[in-house]
Amino acid sequence: MNGLRVIFQREINAYLRSSVGYVVAATVLMLNGLLFYTQALGPEAEARVSGQVLAIFFYTASGLTVIASLVLSVRLIAEERQLGTQVLLNTSPVRDWEIVVGKFLAALLFITGITLTTLYMPLMILVNGKVSITQILVGYSGLVLLGAAVLAIGVFATSLTRSQLVATAVGAGITAVMFLFWPLSTVVDPPMSRVLSALALHGRHFSGFQQGLLHTRDVFYYLAVTYFFLLLATKVLEAKRWE
Amino acid sequence: MIQLTEVRKYFGEKRALGPVSFEIEPGGAVGFLGLNGAGKTTLLRILATDLHPSAGEVEIGGVSVAANPHEVRKRIGYLPETPPLYRDMAVGEYLKFVGQIKGLSLDSVDERIREVEEYTQLTPVHDEFTQNLSHGYRQRVGIAQAIIHKPELLILDEPTKGLDPVQVLELRGLIMRLKEEHTILVSSHVLTEISQTCDQVFVLNQGELIASGSEDEISANLTGTYRIILGARMAPDTQAEGLIQFIRKLPDITSVEMVQQDGQLLTLSVESPSDCRGSLSRSLVKSGHDVVRLELGSNELENLFVELLGQKVS
Repeated sequence: MNGLRVIFQREINAYLRSSVGYVVAATVLMLNGLLFYTQALGPEAEARVSGQVLAIFFYTASGLTVIASLVLSVRLIAEERQLGTQVLLNTSPVRDWEIVVGKFLAALLFITGITLTTLYMPLMILVNGKVSITQILVGYSGLVLLGAAVLAIGVFATSLTRSQLVATAVGAGITAVMFLFWPLSTVVDPPMSRVLSALALHGRHFSGFQQGLLHTRDVFYYLAVTYFFLLLATKVLEAKRWE
Repeated sequence: MIQLTEVRKYFGEKRALGPVSFEIEPGGAVGFLGLNGAGKTTLLRILATDLHPSAGEVEIGGVSVAANPHEVRKRIGYLPETPPLYRDMAVGEYLKFVGQIKGLSLDSVDERIREVEEYTQLTPVHDEFTQNLSHGYRQRVGIAQAIIHKPELLILDEPTKGLDPVQVLELRGLIMRLKEEHTILVSSHVLTEISQTCDQVFVLNQGELIASGSEDEISANLTGTYRIILGARMAPDTQAEGLIQFIRKLPDITSVEMVQQDGQLLTLSVESPSDCRGSLSRSLVKSGHDVVRLELGSNELENLFVELLGQKVS
C-alpha cells in the first residue's frame, strides 16, 4: 500500500503543477456556468419546477464530467511510457495494481474537486427553489461515480499505448459505444434491449441520480464498470512485461 | 548472486536473446559487451525485472524472479539507457519519491537523500528541476535513484552514453567507488569503459553469449596461450640472446620475443599455455637475473572483441 500512497501523491502534485489540470478545471467550470444559464435557466425555466432545473443541471454536468475525465486520464500511463519513467515503476517494489489504483485515485480526487467547484449552481436552486440537500448530494454522487467509471476506461486506454492521441481515441471510442447502448436499447427488441439498457453508461443508470433518486443497482453498476476497467488496465501492465 | 539458466527472449517471432546461461558471484563489476542489437539491454531489462523472459530461469540472490519479482526488486537498482526522470520534479523531490517507492521510510528518506546527493555530487542541484539539468547531471541523478535504497545489485545500461570525456571520467570514478558497496552490471559497446571498470566481461553477439571471463581469461581462451610481459635486469656478462634462449628452454614456454632493450634491462613478451609466472620468476632469480616486471599482458580488448566477432561470423 506504500507504493499506492506515493504514486497517488506524485500524481496529485503533477495535476496541480500541470497547465492541463487548470485548463480542464477552468473549461469545465465555464461551460457548466454557460449551460446552466442557457439550458437549466433558459427561456422555458419559468414553466419548470426547481427539481427539473436541478435535473437539467446534472444532465449537462454529466456530459462535461465525462469529457474532463477522459482528458485527465489518458495521460496517466501513456505519458510514463513517453517519458521513459514507466521502467522506474516497473522495477520498483510496487505492484501493478498499486500503480493503476494510485493513478486512478489521484485523477478521481482531481475530477471530484473540479466537479465540486460547480456547487454554487445547485445551491442557488436550493436557496431560490424547492429542492433538498439530499437531491443535490445524490446528484453529485452520480457525477463522481460516472466520472470514476470513465476515468477507469481512460486508465485502461492509456495502459495500452505510449501515444496519448491513440489512448484518447480508444478511451473516447469505448465511452461512446457504452453511451450509445442506451439509444440502441430503445430501438431493438427484448431481450437485447434489456441487455443494452443494463450496460449503458448513461440513460437508465444516470437518470436516477439526475432526479435525486439513489438506486443501489446504479451504484453497483458504476462501481462494477470502474473495477472491470481498472482490472483490465492492471492485466495490460502485467502483459506488457511479456511482450 | 545471479544465476541464469537457458534464458531466451523473443519479440514476436524475432529472437532477441538466448539461450543464455551463466552465474555471477557477488561483488565487483561485470561488463556486458556487444554491438548495438547484441541483446545487452534485453538481458539487463530481464535482470531488472522490467521484462519477463520467454523461457528459462533467472535467480537473483537465491530468489526466483518469476516466482517473487517483488522481493527481487527490493534488491536491485536499475539505470536504463535514458535516466527515468520526471521533468516536473526537482532533484531532491524526485529522489524522495523514488526513495519512498523503493521502500524507504519517511523518517529515513531525507537523511539518505543527503548521503546519496553528496556521494553523486548532486548537492548543488538539489532544488533544480530535472528538465533543466545537463546530460551529465541527469546521468548522476539516474545513478542516485538506482542506489538510494542501498541495493545489493546495481544494473547500469550504457551509463556513459552521450557524455563528454570529462563526464565519462567522473562517472567512471563514481562506478569504481560504487564497486566497493554493490555488485555492478554495466553494459556498453565502448570497450575501454568495460576494460577499465569491470573485473569480468561477458561478450554478447546476436543474442548469444560468445565469451566470458576476465579480459586475460578471454584472451587465453581465444588464443590458447597466456602472454606474459617480463621485465628483467640481466646478470652481468649475459647477452640478451642468451637470456632469451635460456627462457625458451624452460618448461611450458612456447615463444619469447624481445619487446625492448635498455642496456641490461630487457622487456620480453613470453607466451605459455599456462600462467607460469611463478616458475618463470624462480628460474630467472636462481640464474642471477633480477625480475623487475612480471604481469599478464592481454591482447587489447578491442582486438579480442573483433576477433571474437570474426570467429562467430566465420
